[in-house]
Amino acid sequence: MAVLVVSFIFSMIFYLALTAGSGTAFYYWSSSELITGVFFSLIAAVLAKKLIGSSGIKPGWQFMNPIRWVKFLVFAFGPFLYNLTKANIDVAGRVITGRIDPGIVKVNTGLKNDFGLMLLANSVTLTPGTLSVDADSKRNLYVHCINLENKDRKCDNVCGSFIKWARRITE
Amino acid sequence: MIPYEFFLMSGFLAVLVITSVLRAFLGRTSPDRLVAADTINTLTVAILVLLGAAYENIMYIDVAIVYAMLSFVTTLFVSKHLEGGK
Amino acid sequence: MINEVLYAIMGIGMFFQMMGTLALHRFPDVYTRVHGATKCTTFGSMFLYIGVMAYSALMYFSGDAVYLSMALHIFIVMILILLTNPTGAHAIARAAYRSGVMPVKAKVDMLKGAKL
Repeated sequence: MAVLVVSFIFSMIFYLALTAGSGTAFYYWSSSELITGVFFSLIAAVLAKKLIGSSGIKPGWQFMNPIRWVKFLVFAFGPFLYNLTKANIDVAGRVITGRIDPGIVKVNTGLKNDFGLMLLANSVTLTPGTLSVDADSKRNLYVHCINLENKDRKCDNVCGSFIKWARRITE
Repeated sequence: MIPYEFFLMSGFLAVLVITSVLRAFLGRTSPDRLVAADTINTLTVAILVLLGAAYENIMYIDVAIVYAMLSFVTTLFVSKHLEGGK
Repeated sequence: MINEVLYAIMGIGMFFQMMGTLALHRFPDVYTRVHGATKCTTFGSMFLYIGVMAYSALMYFSGDAVYLSMALHIFIVMILILLTNPTGAHAIARAAYRSGVMPVKAKVDMLKGAKL
């Protein structure tokens, strides 16, 4: 049930964003677009319910919590944006000079659900000198670092504060 | 600002696409070629957005949205195939 | 004045796109190439889209109604690129490792022999 409602709401928001400015009937959207949007969002929601139900994941209502959204926005515009900028200047410098010192290290995340792991892996891929390569069944992340010289070879400080943020957002 | 600069920038991006195609030809292993293809997809979406702004046509940007989604699915499926296709 | 700011933003974007493409030729193996290509092209695309969005907003305030929905659509493209690009990079890296391409010049490799 939760999957149905959540995916319906998100696909409806996506459809409304795509067709904004199409008419004047409902303040901004034309009524035929609204009806079509509800219809196709229902189809998408039923398909998503079938797909997620067959994969064995059981998501609850946790995505509808507005506090999580606020936390996510704070994370995205605060530490994430800062680290993204730093990473890109760093990598552009490495492209020019060609100085690399790569290696694959293991990171103990200790996260409790897969959504947090996905958030952590995506943000790790976009930030300084790290690229998530693989994950095992205990949710340990294997991270490829482009430059290991300044860091501890055990590398708990690879991800910086991202593990804390992922735990704060999703648990 | 006239759209002339937009055409200039999309031309530059097209040159970058050709540079990536060179890697897709030269690349020694198959994942190398896949990385080159992924880069080409990202650059193509950027070119579409620039052309849409230059021609004042929303259709280009809708095509860019669909292209981004489809290229993502393509990358996932080709990498699944390289992995061993279970 | 405002045109120069737009040119500067888009110029930064083009610079990072160029770096991302050059990374494909400068780095020795797949993993480092994924580093360069994914990060730099995502960041460069973001700057480029921010520039085009600012241009659309400017044109909207000078009286063309099409440009508002154009800015909204470009924002959707930006969110999509930001979500899908790192996922694709992760998939490529995992496929490369599982198909037996080892990292060149790696000092540490904790994934070798790890139980997955």
